[in-house]
Amino acid sequence: MRQSLQRVAAMTLRYWYMLRGSWPRLLELVYWPAMSMVVWGFLQLYLSENKTTLAGAAGLLLGAVLLWDILFRGQLGFTFSFLEEIWSRNLANLMMSPLRPAELALSLMLMSFVRLVIGTIPVTVLAALLFGFNIYGLGFGLVAFFANLVLLGWALGLVVCGVVLRNGLGAESLAYSMMIVLLPVSCVYYPASVLPSWLQPVAWCLPTTYVFEGLRGILLDGVFRGDLMLACVALNLAYLGAGFATFVLMLRSARHNGALLSMGE
Amino acid sequence: MDRTDDFDRGETGTALPGYEGWAEQGELFPETTYLPAATKPEGEAAIAVEHLGKRYGSQWAVDDVSFTVPRGWTVGLLGGNGAGKTTTIAMIMGLVIPTTGRACVLGNDMARSRFSALGRMNFESPYVAMPAKLTVRENLTVFGRLYGVPRLAARIEELVEELDLGEVLNQETGRLSAGQKTRVSVAKALLNDPEVLVLDEPTASLDPERAEWVRNCLGAYQRRRNAAILLSSHNMLEVEELCDRVVIMSHGRIVEIGAPHEIIRRYECDSLDEVFFIIAREEEEAEAQYWREAGAQS
Repeated sequence: MRQSLQRVAAMTLRYWYMLRGSWPRLLELVYWPAMSMVVWGFLQLYLSENKTTLAGAAGLLLGAVLLWDILFRGQLGFTFSFLEEIWSRNLANLMMSPLRPAELALSLMLMSFVRLVIGTIPVTVLAALLFGFNIYGLGFGLVAFFANLVLLGWALGLVVCGVVLRNGLGAESLAYSMMIVLLPVSCVYYPASVLPSWLQPVAWCLPTTYVFEGLRGILLDGVFRGDLMLACVALNLAYLGAGFATFVLMLRSARHNGALLSMGE
Repeated sequence: MDRTDDFDRGETGTALPGYEGWAEQGELFPETTYLPAATKPEGEAAIAVEHLGKRYGSQWAVDDVSFTVPRGWTVGLLGGNGAGKTTTIAMIMGLVIPTTGRACVLGNDMARSRFSALGRMNFESPYVAMPAKLTVRENLTVFGRLYGVPRLAARIEELVEELDLGEVLNQETGRLSAGQKTRVSVAKALLNDPEVLVLDEPTASLDPERAEWVRNCLGAYQRRRNAAILLSSHNMLEVEELCDRVVIMSHGRIVEIGAPHEIIRRYECDSLDEVFFIIAREEEEAEAQYWREAGAQS
């Protein structure tokens, strides 16, 4: 167990060295979420000035944008740390070391969390300064939303990394495209009831729908929906398990088809 | 046992386990420790490859390959491009799962239980890089921790001194010359004091002087640790100098196996280089003959 934790710490240290040594990488962590928040913040201002129904729910759009970004950046942080190993042709070094798949996954999760904290905190402060939206006002709800979105981001990251292991760098665009597919059915900016009835069951299979319905519950009705969060945690645990199983199966498949030999070339 | 056979290299150092008596008796070259294959006892196999095969689609990249690397021995894996060396090494390292047979390292089947062995072995290859943005010290620290190296800082200092890496220790690995990268890679391979060392072109990109120096480092390491070394190289002089046994592969199969001097004698050549050319020519002729016959039949 101690050795295992030591290997997780070693990998996290490796990713930290990489991040610390590159100011463009650090800047990028803040840049995209900040730009996204600014655009949606101005839209929110415009809508509130025009007395639309959304005006009553201060921060609904900004809150949704910030939370969606947690999911998006959580998944990217996980996947990109892994892709760095392939881009630097270091993956074979790791796969021929005592590092277990679960330890690699755990270190990627830790680094994803670190990247998320670095990228998110300045943006939430900016949202408060520029638009007067204090996401920390969500209280415990924010913790629950954050944890659930991060868990789903890791589950998706595991699947993307597994597919890249199995099929090579040609599949790296999945890191972005998978999130785009999820966006319409995650009910980020609108309630699930807006979706056609045949699509609603699909939306309720996604933990994101529970999170954003939960967000609307707090901002519109002032109620934290614990029932939604419990269902969300259960779904996330199932997805995380499925994600890790996919990663391990894809790794095994890559060992069968020799994909690890040519990785990074 | 013919102890005089090919016993002419005269390298010095401490005696191999089991050979201390020779030094005491003052026989032949008392301090010589680089013993040729004919004189080394073939003890426990650190690497045992049994009927190993790997098929991609309908093509066999490796076909029924068997050999062993005993502790304290250096075995050379030779062959032209596409001979199956890389796939064989990948199966030994557990990176590729064989279609047939098995590769065992330190008693562990690498397809099924590789983690029991991976901490006790290591490898070097110019085709696998270390993170370019990390400094040499950072890379060695990360890999040292991955392998659970005790007293890591002291071990890194030892290797830095042995491999003359002091000047580049705080430089980004990606900015080093090819030769410096190779030495860093060798340092990484020796970090955990491995019992089994797999080296793919360990002196590639090195000038002759540095190459000789690295060979001496590896030789000294092997003597100290009684390590098993599997070496892949295109430098036949290096192979003759370092290896107790060579395995020559072509088209995924073993075409020759034995001590370098035995093979050279068998082919009535002066060097392994010549043997290599003869085998390559024979293989080409056999292939051409096959296609002629196939063409005639159709």
